[in-house]
Amino acid sequence: MATLYEGYTLCGVGPVQNSSNIGILGVEQGRDIDYVLVTDSSRSITVYKVSDQKPTGSWSVKQGQIISCPAVFNTQSQEYVVVTDDRVVRVWKEDDVNLEKAFKATVSADVLRVLSATDSEPVVLFCCGAVRFLDSLLASPQQPIEDVLTEDEIIRWSTIVKAEHQLVVLFSTEQRGEHCLYVQRFNPNTLVKHRIETEPGLSAPISFSATCRGSNIHLLYLYLNGSVYESVLPFRSSSTGAEGVQALSCSLCLSLPLGEEKLMSGAAVVLDEAHVAVIGFPHPSAGACKDYLCIWNTHFQTLQASKEMAGRIYSQLWCYSGKLYVPHGKMLSVIPFDCQKSSLAAAMGKLKQTSRSESKSRSFVTSWTCSDVTQTTEIKSRMSTRNNVKSALTVDQLVEHIKTSAVEDVQAEVGEFIRRAPQADLQLAAGRVALELVSRSQTDANFYPQCAFLQLLETRYLCYSVCPELLSLAMVKKDFHLCQIAFQIFSDIPEAVTCACLKAILSTPDLEMETVNLDTDSVIFMKELTQAHSRSDEEGGQLNGFCPPALESDVSDTPSNKLQRDPLSLDMSCPVGLHKGALLNEVLQTAYSDRSLLPHLKDLTVPQVIVFLQYLRFLYFKYSHDAHKQIRALRTPSISQIIDWVCLLLDAHFTVLAVAPEAKRLVFDLHKFVRSQVKLYAELGKIEGSLQVLKNSKQSEDFGMYAIQVIELF
Amino acid sequence: MMSTDLRSAMGEFKVHRVRFFDYMPSGIRALAFNQDTERMAVARMDGSVEVFHCSDRFFQEKIIPGREQCGIEGLSWVGERLFSAGLNGGITEYDLTNQKVKYTIDAYGGPIWTITGNQQGTHLAVGCEDGTVKLFEVNEDQIQFERNLDRQKSRIISLSWHPSGSKIAAGMMDMIQVFNVETGHSIHRMLADRGAGTSRSKECVVWSVVYLSDGTIITGDSVGMVKLWDDQTGTLIKSHNVTKCDVLALSVSQNEDSLVAGTSEGIVVQFQFVSMVLEKDDKEWVRTRTFRNHTHDIRAVAEITTAVVSGGMDAQLVVRPLLDKIEVRSAASALRKIHFPHRRLVSCARKSGLMLFQYPGHLELWRLGESEGKGTPGSSLFVKRNPEKLLQLKVKGEDHIRCSAVSPCGGWIVYSTASTLRLYRLHCDNNNISITKISKLPKVLSSANQLCFSSDSSHLFSASAQSSVHIASLSQSGCKFVGTLKPKSGSHQAIHLLAASEDGKWLASANSDHEVHIYNLQTQKAHCTVPVYSSAVTAMGIHPATNCLFMMHADQQMFEYSIEQKQYTDWSRTVQRKGLHRFWVERDTPCLNVMFNPQNPSHVILHDMYMLCIIDQSLPLPDDKTQFYNQLTLKSLTEEQRKSQSHAFKVCKTFKDILCVELMPDQSLVVVERPLEDIATQLPAPIKQKKFAT
Repeated sequence: MATLYEGYTLCGVGPVQNSSNIGILGVEQGRDIDYVLVTDSSRSITVYKVSDQKPTGSWSVKQGQIISCPAVFNTQSQEYVVVTDDRVVRVWKEDDVNLEKAFKATVSADVLRVLSATDSEPVVLFCCGAVRFLDSLLASPQQPIEDVLTEDEIIRWSTIVKAEHQLVVLFSTEQRGEHCLYVQRFNPNTLVKHRIETEPGLSAPISFSATCRGSNIHLLYLYLNGSVYESVLPFRSSSTGAEGVQALSCSLCLSLPLGEEKLMSGAAVVLDEAHVAVIGFPHPSAGACKDYLCIWNTHFQTLQASKEMAGRIYSQLWCYSGKLYVPHGKMLSVIPFDCQKSSLAAAMGKLKQTSRSESKSRSFVTSWTCSDVTQTTEIKSRMSTRNNVKSALTVDQLVEHIKTSAVEDVQAEVGEFIRRAPQADLQLAAGRVALELVSRSQTDANFYPQCAFLQLLETRYLCYSVCPELLSLAMVKKDFHLCQIAFQIFSDIPEAVTCACLKAILSTPDLEMETVNLDTDSVIFMKELTQAHSRSDEEGGQLNGFCPPALESDVSDTPSNKLQRDPLSLDMSCPVGLHKGALLNEVLQTAYSDRSLLPHLKDLTVPQVIVFLQYLRFLYFKYSHDAHKQIRALRTPSISQIIDWVCLLLDAHFTVLAVAPEAKRLVFDLHKFVRSQVKLYAELGKIEGSLQVLKNSKQSEDFGMYAIQVIELF
Repeated sequence: MMSTDLRSAMGEFKVHRVRFFDYMPSGIRALAFNQDTERMAVARMDGSVEVFHCSDRFFQEKIIPGREQCGIEGLSWVGERLFSAGLNGGITEYDLTNQKVKYTIDAYGGPIWTITGNQQGTHLAVGCEDGTVKLFEVNEDQIQFERNLDRQKSRIISLSWHPSGSKIAAGMMDMIQVFNVETGHSIHRMLADRGAGTSRSKECVVWSVVYLSDGTIITGDSVGMVKLWDDQTGTLIKSHNVTKCDVLALSVSQNEDSLVAGTSEGIVVQFQFVSMVLEKDDKEWVRTRTFRNHTHDIRAVAEITTAVVSGGMDAQLVVRPLLDKIEVRSAASALRKIHFPHRRLVSCARKSGLMLFQYPGHLELWRLGESEGKGTPGSSLFVKRNPEKLLQLKVKGEDHIRCSAVSPCGGWIVYSTASTLRLYRLHCDNNNISITKISKLPKVLSSANQLCFSSDSSHLFSASAQSSVHIASLSQSGCKFVGTLKPKSGSHQAIHLLAASEDGKWLASANSDHEVHIYNLQTQKAHCTVPVYSSAVTAMGIHPATNCLFMMHADQQMFEYSIEQKQYTDWSRTVQRKGLHRFWVERDTPCLNVMFNPQNPSHVILHDMYMLCIIDQSLPLPDDKTQFYNQLTLKSLTEEQRKSQSHAFKVCKTFKDILCVELMPDQSLVVVERPLEDIATQLPAPIKQKKFAT
């Protein structure tokens, strides 16, 4: 989920001198993240401290001079750089008052922009496409500048991307309706030209945004028809530019809805890997009005947040350190935003798909057993929000507290926060709080707020992808209760983690496990299961009259006369303790894909495999024998889940089980039983055939008014 | 052909399943129960009157066919005499011996809505459209108009005599009148309430009234109420809302402790006169049971000794036993639904593959289709030629057909109504059908109770009055009277069954007094009489090889009587000694045809409404421990095992709602079915009832 917070005005936008749409020339990062450099389209450059909404410095050029590109801050030399009248480069420091007295140099060609990235030398991009580092240019200002672009090729957009101490300058050009992207890399200097190929009929891209992710540059560009395309460029290119023009492969990653009005402009900026902020396009449900700032999720194509912008939109949008800068009307607004790590669940606005009816009912019951507190507190919070909204902690405050406070305080505060926060906010905040709690727990060995974790889980706003570390933390801390709840609530646990948990559960001794406090329902189920076993033993008979005769013939084949026993008195004792069984049941019920699970299952040691298989066999026998009786429990593994796990386990450890002597008996029993089941089902299949014939014979009654049939009497 | 028959002992049969006989039973309009003779008289919408024997498995003993436009509204027994009255304004007495109308006299009061006789058997009262209640004196051989009671303004819908015979209650529009029979004056006038709301404007029709000996008058009306009135004060004692529709019929039991009401929703509601407090004597009428066996209006109900009998627009007669009045649970105490008449409506010309269907007002002659190829048991064969309707013969006059027959060769058709008998010569050259009526029939052949051709089609046997059978010889030139067969002694009841032997030597007749006479056709003399059995004969046939008469009775017993030796055969004695299987005896529809398989002399083929049965006299009889319906079991056994498992009764339940089964000379069977669902779809729509979720 993403949110747009309440924005504030940074400064007014000066009267538009020229007829262009540009309200301000640019907003650039200042000397640290709290400072921005605003170059307006008149003649002034102003530095603002964003959090204070106050200007800390302002410079302007003399009348008659024109600032031709946005000013930038050179973080290396702590100097500001601007170009006036296309060719005059001016450099000054914070404490220089008059721009006229600052250093200036006239270069031999028109400068398009000065591009600056943090901790690196600014780069000067000329209108002709040539690129120079600022320091080398100023060393000899009149050096000849070569023409890179052809005569009528105009640069439409440019940016600089920095990663791994490597700078890349990107600029796009337009020439007779053809759009190209140039990628300028340094050391060695290479310039690669890409042709932007899109579907025919599309006009020019109206907005670009580039970010660096991993070793690739992700370039996002927006068309007037609402399509947002993404192209991925390798950061380091082996090509030298000699290959000529390369086609730029692109993929459509978002289609923005269009209103009825014809759009003239718009802007998009990438916020993170999944989110993009768009301005100038209509809100899908707010009619034709296009004055909206929207955050879209490109993974799920969903609108995540939106904000109406008053006044005229300039189709300009900048994003620096968690804040969006939007000129609109007569002001430049700063809008802080927050993009949560996106998961499908979060994007859908729900955390968990409850697929089975029993799990639905479970959610009700658990709220009775352990979280009736939340029920009452919900009411309480509704009452209290009216009275003392102010006293509730904000997420930021809470996160700060988590970093420093003691465990008890943190738990109390988290509890209080969950109770007080409105549901919508909680959805966003829960993940952040959990992440913070986990990261503190990981660094601070004494810090483990189990209660807070449980409370957060019970909000059901968490899922595995929101806070991946939580489960492994719980494993490290041997907090099996938390594990169990997480298994019940998370639907997106990766198979590797499931296996790791399984391994941890299997390797923990039963004695230690019995002391763990677990969900009572699951323990009761295990108790019933094991007791049902002893009861039916006492009765000593088969309840459903199932008697596979084939088993006896098998017995004679086996050399071991130990097996000369009632074929049905299969080993029905539970190989693990109640609590371990309950936890294993939770593992059995997790969602998985067998192909992903199989390699991880191989990590189990042989004893673990045997114990687990014994337990699965126990469950399988149990279920097959007591199929007629339903143990009342809210969450039980189904017979098909059990069988699937048996298959997986056998697949994963086939050779081990074939070789290990201690597994022989187990596999033998399992095989025998499965064979008898197969025979039973084969017989049932025959009955099915007969029943089908009976059914058909009943149906074929209608033959109309006349028929000649053959009957046979015996 | 022979090889297939040899392959299995019983073998395969090719079956023509015929469903194009559109027989429609007529709705039931009135019921009258005679306690003394245990006979139930049933009047139908088409004017026919039937008499069922209640203690003989409700066998339909007598059928008096109706006539057009006769519209019976009421039936009443006076002693053993049966009277009906109808909207044509006449009162009819029936000659039950000869199964025909005895006479009809006009009551001169317009349409008659109701007729009822007093318990003393001296008078009949009829309720007329003109508002009069007319009293008729019942004389020895006639009835005579005696007088009118005070004339009322509206029509008399229902009447009931006080058991003493001194008072009469009459149900009318919106009111009930109580008359003193002596003076003819009205004693009380009781107003029946109209329904509430919109139905307020509609008159309340008092459809039925019952006068009890304690002076209570019970009425059923169109508002859906059953009301109890006191005839002393003329006041309402109690009222029960039974239905939202009409209460159309009421009937009280003989000892006046139980009352049943039939409604237009098709339900029967029982009321019982019971004491509310144990061992106290103040009794009240309490609604006790509800029976739902009908889909349509119940037009008549009758409470008999052990059961409630009801009938209505859905044309079925339902006998619902009252289990509290039954001491031994038996086949006789089961719920019984009578859909089809216990007479054959289909006759087959076996040698030419023709079938004659008898409808009330016309006959249809059909030719069976032909198949091609062979099929495995259970399969349908390809129909090479479809069945074909050759002829439709409409009856002259208003009387409905009483009986009909087609000769085995297919050359003659004969039918009889109450007044005439007509014989036709049928010429069938390929596809050209022509028919000529034989004129100048012998005078004795004026009307017949049953008709039958000899197996070589050379003679026609016509059962007539006095249990006699006339013989006429048939030839190209026409029909010539040969002689009359008369029983030596015994009753004069009408003959309902005739059976001629294959060799043309013997003729057997059965009448409704259960007498079976056998005549020698060569001498034209009575040969012998089969000992009279207590239950009616429902079907009989003479074996072509042994000349033994095989008889089926209404109580499902079977006898085989050797004509030549004039005694029961050994097999028959064995059957009687060992007894029949429980399941066989408990079947609730009579067998309607007895056939023999010339290729397998030990086989007797029988059928009733639900099954077809081949009795193999060479096989052991089943006792009560053996599995009776064993066809499915036998099917799954091997040839060897079958031998030990088989018994004499091979029952095939593949077919249902069977009207007729006939064995053709080519060993194929004709099964004429009339599915009840088809009948139900042709009935008028029942009263629309709101059902949940519809």
